[in-house]
Amino acid sequence: MLPSAFEYHRPSTLDEALALLAEHGEDAKVLAGGQSLIPLMKLRFAAPEHLIDVNRIAGLDGIEERDGALRIGALVRHNQLAASEVIARYPTIATAAPQIADPIVRNLGTIGGSLSHADPAGDLGSVMLALGASVVLRSSSGEREVPIGEFLVDTFQTSIAPGEMLTEVRVPTPTARSGGTYLKMERKVGDFATVGTAVFVQMQNGTIGSAGIGLTSVGLKNLKATAAEAALAGAEPGEDAFAEAGRLAAEASQPVTDVRGSEAYKRHVVDVYVRRGLARAVELARA
Amino acid sequence: MEATFTVNGAEHTVDVEPRMLLVHVIRDELGMTGTHVGCDTTSCGACTVLVDGTPVKSCTVFGVQADGREITTVEGLGAGGLSAMQEAFKEEHGLQCGFCTPGMMLVATALLERNPDPSEEDVRWAISGNICRCTGYINIVAAIRAAAAAKAEQPAVASA
Repeated sequence: MLPSAFEYHRPSTLDEALALLAEHGEDAKVLAGGQSLIPLMKLRFAAPEHLIDVNRIAGLDGIEERDGALRIGALVRHNQLAASEVIARYPTIATAAPQIADPIVRNLGTIGGSLSHADPAGDLGSVMLALGASVVLRSSSGEREVPIGEFLVDTFQTSIAPGEMLTEVRVPTPTARSGGTYLKMERKVGDFATVGTAVFVQMQNGTIGSAGIGLTSVGLKNLKATAAEAALAGAEPGEDAFAEAGRLAAEASQPVTDVRGSEAYKRHVVDVYVRRGLARAVELARA
Repeated sequence: MEATFTVNGAEHTVDVEPRMLLVHVIRDELGMTGTHVGCDTTSCGACTVLVDGTPVKSCTVFGVQADGREITTVEGLGAGGLSAMQEAFKEEHGLQCGFCTPGMMLVATALLERNPDPSEEDVRWAISGNICRCTGYINIVAAIRAAAAAKAEQPAVASA
């Protein structure tokens, strides 16, 4: 259980990192926290010829609200998210961060790495789907902003191109009363989610203006429950609306029977957690 | 590839393949076997060390990444004797086989640095990345809280 050999690079600036990524293309992987990549390499499910260690690059670990968006640097560690007073104003993220993996992994794991890794069991992907976030991808020839739904393509696959690196995550700052939460069922601390649900609600004159629902571990990638979201738009918040959304989300999910539970069980948990999450989100929005 | 870092206050330079995990650098290159390889799947925390004071699973970090860093292993607890944490684990029977113990003590040491008076819940949360197969955690939690109490009583005397 040892990785195959690779060439190790440790650029000190973003420009150097991007130049290395441009040079080595598909033979290179970015090494940030390494808490997903290194376990894969130890199992030899990943064997990049070049590793670009970006941990010493300054300026990629900021958290700030500016021009209508929350901007999170790619190197922000999960424990940083959990402790941030700015992030506390985005409860979907703030409740998810401390539930990722375990406290030691959270010291190193990063948001950029987590989203780039695109594990369907990754918690932050569902959070960002619920929040309508986008990611900034930079290369030595420029930069582009991609909505998270477009970025997450398939299991462990994103739309990142060779030579590109995710540098920032952008979340629209809510303009109306809003609330959200992340509910995660796991067999034990540190396990992957059996089911995870990210919920975000923005109110409009006492009714639900819009909702975002992201689902973890019940599909080939993090899923956005679009039918449930549509049913909630303009709805009177209450058990009826939540029950309908839960039903639609469960219907849209694609769980697989495995050691963590049967398909039917997981579908049921999606229903329950979406209902609970919506109740909590509306409660926060009204607070 | 060369990497230079401090381990328990002493500087070391190693020349290792980049793919050599930090846990193997510590155990095989530097001969410090108190850091253990438990699960190899980043689950158990038996390999936990402190890097610049922060708990890290050394089986999931490459040795070369530690260049320029300060590493603390279990061998570095207590200068020439037993630290307050080690005393507490001894007094409170906080170990049986001892395999998880170095990781537990290092995580707990880091916890007390940022939270000198942790509740039971704080302690259980802090060690939730470290698995013990023997004890059922009760005496581990008691040991960590006893260490916190000992340090509160005599902060100048009780070393890290």
